[in-house]
Amino acid sequence: MSAPADEPAAAAAPAPPGKTGMSRRSELPWWVEKILVPVVFLLFATMLPFFFDPGSAFISTCALALAYTVMALGLNIIVGFAGLLDLGFVAFYAIGAYTIGWLGSGFFSQVGNEEGWHIFVSGFAETQPGIHVNFLLVLVAALVFTTIAGMLIGLPTLRLRGDYIAIVTLAFGEIIGRAAVNGDELKLSGFPIVGGGLENVFGPDQTITAGRQGITPVDKVDLPGMDPFKSLEQRPWYWLALAMVAVVLFVNFRLRDSRLGRAWIALREDEVAAVSMGVPAVKTKLLAYGTGAAFGGFAGAYLGSKNNTVNGDQFQFFFSIFILGMVILGGLGSIWGTVLGAITLTFINFELLPRMSDWPSKVGLDFDVSEINFGIYGFLLVIMMIMRPQGLLPERRRKMELTEDAETTDDTLYTARA
Amino acid sequence: MEAASVPASGPGAPRKTFWDFVSTYGLIAVLAAMPAYFAISDLLSDEDNLSRLGNNLVDGMSNGAIWALVAIGYTLVYGIVELINFAHGEVFMIGSFTTAAFFGFIGLTQDTSAVLLFFGLLLTLFVAMAASGMLNVMIERVGYRPLRGAPKLAPLITAVGFSFILQNVGLLWLGGSPEGIPDLIRAQKELIDIGGVSISNGDVLSIAVTIPLLLVMTQFITRSRLGKAMRATAQDPEAARLMGINVDTTISLTFLLGGILAGSAGLIYALYQTTIWYFQGFTAGLVAFTAAVMGGIGNLKGAVLGGFIIGFIQQLSDNRIAPEWTNAIVFVYLILIMVFKPSGLLGEQTRDAG
Repeated sequence: MSAPADEPAAAAAPAPPGKTGMSRRSELPWWVEKILVPVVFLLFATMLPFFFDPGSAFISTCALALAYTVMALGLNIIVGFAGLLDLGFVAFYAIGAYTIGWLGSGFFSQVGNEEGWHIFVSGFAETQPGIHVNFLLVLVAALVFTTIAGMLIGLPTLRLRGDYIAIVTLAFGEIIGRAAVNGDELKLSGFPIVGGGLENVFGPDQTITAGRQGITPVDKVDLPGMDPFKSLEQRPWYWLALAMVAVVLFVNFRLRDSRLGRAWIALREDEVAAVSMGVPAVKTKLLAYGTGAAFGGFAGAYLGSKNNTVNGDQFQFFFSIFILGMVILGGLGSIWGTVLGAITLTFINFELLPRMSDWPSKVGLDFDVSEINFGIYGFLLVIMMIMRPQGLLPERRRKMELTEDAETTDDTLYTARA
Repeated sequence: MEAASVPASGPGAPRKTFWDFVSTYGLIAVLAAMPAYFAISDLLSDEDNLSRLGNNLVDGMSNGAIWALVAIGYTLVYGIVELINFAHGEVFMIGSFTTAAFFGFIGLTQDTSAVLLFFGLLLTLFVAMAASGMLNVMIERVGYRPLRGAPKLAPLITAVGFSFILQNVGLLWLGGSPEGIPDLIRAQKELIDIGGVSISNGDVLSIAVTIPLLLVMTQFITRSRLGKAMRATAQDPEAARLMGINVDTTISLTFLLGGILAGSAGLIYALYQTTIWYFQGFTAGLVAFTAAVMGGIGNLKGAVLGGFIIGFIQQLSDNRIAPEWTNAIVFVYLILIMVFKPSGLLGEQTRDAG
């Protein structure tokens, strides 16, 4: 943060007490966190698919884990940095997924005289009816939609505090989830816009969502200069997700150390003090919602394409809790912690629990584990939280707050980076 | 927005008056909108009287009583440890399951004589209350107490964990689909008819259980020594500890009370709906938590009021609009109320907000 400021402080208080010195030595140099760890991590992650079959289910789970990491990093901005407890993150997942459901499938089958609209798409999708837009443009659209939605959701919470924010975001998540499930009853022609204009374009029977049946199939990711992805070839999906994580991680780190990131943390720590220091509370909070939501929308659009369906049942309250669990388990506000939390919970859910089904028979018990998957998952959550209440990799600033006899010297203050 | 409200009391008084006006009358308008709309449309249509609306309101009140009892559990716990106890809905579900199991065990059927049925159900009520109360205390002991002093959101995740565990218990207990149980009190049978509004056995049961429990609870919290300790701990745990209050015991007591009320709500639900399943707690938890927030979390009367309001909204929406949109409508109401009155209907300043 400010190396020059560090030196006078150290000079003013020579020979700091042993405890401070200890904690200092155990701190890693800045370049370990900023350069070494990410590079090693990325290299390893890029090489990983070469050790498995191209169509391996494991790589598919890894790609899922990475997509969830993007979501968790988005939620971490809202909950971890800005301290606004959001229980309705599923809303952004839904909006992102429906963006690709609408703009990349045969769902609007009546448009363009049943021939469809095609924008920068190639291959199979070009021949299909419905709206088909290139994946990169869909990402941009998802970004715009979710940012607007995030700010709209943020607006009513501005006058609220603490857990009231939680319930209002939960309410939005539930409303959007209900709308997704029941959207197959709502007809676009029922909206009286421009004198039945919607009916002329989309046809009389066009609904808003496909409800529980789901919009399927969804266009595969189609990047410029490459063939569209295939569902049997998991490696490109994985690499794309990895690239998204890398971008989002970079943005996250830059944001955290930026003026905006410091404003978020200031608001989280003490809203009154932050506001009286001139932090614009409304703008800062709305930006937190908007940014976090945008990441959720990114991952939502990707998952819609990867799962090949956008189904109303995917957007339940449980999903918000699943993502929030990743953030809290990893360590609220800690970027690497969130990544670790996301990967851990995804693997418990999609690899560990399904694999446990044959464990009892191995020790000679006749017992179906899949019946108690839910309970095991809950048990693991409880155990992990009790063992490490501060999270797997706590944020440095919080770690300092939690240590009972932490000395608030200038030294510790300067080294504590949010 | 504390910073904005402080100067408003001084020179910016007109703005404050405006907001006061909006919060008071806007809120009343929002709350009255739905019943008023249906009342007028009933009167204008060929039905020409309000008995359908009356029936909706009576049914809404019975359901609201259940939500009110569960919501008190949320609000008590929130008031004292500032935790959204996500496992509370499941405690309610276990209350329902215990009820069904216990009256099967003591052999109550529809043919049991009225007197025996009364005492049998009273016994069942105590068993359900005890089971849920103990369960809630146990959850607190295992899941939340070790995390006191940990980051505020850590217990939230253990709460979710316990909620999953209990759902799984329910799933193993009665299977994955809704289970019908004997309609002991003939819940839908009409008892009296007041001007076209029919009041069924189930309505009487839910009110007859809820009102005394609420009275006893209020008396306990406002009058007794332990209740005083609870209020003191809710205000300031540190100061309460310094005054010689055993904070841990007080918190356990709070969870016990919340669990007891959830258990009684579970009994009403089981007898009134006559179908129970492992997932009922999830929905109930969400609805009751919404009720608690709507009324102003931490406020007992608010929780009861919120519970009844949600009961009415749900019934009107189920009966008049479309059941599949009910939850969405409840949440739209919640958001509107939060917009007009950010601290809930009867909101108090909690420690967090103060």
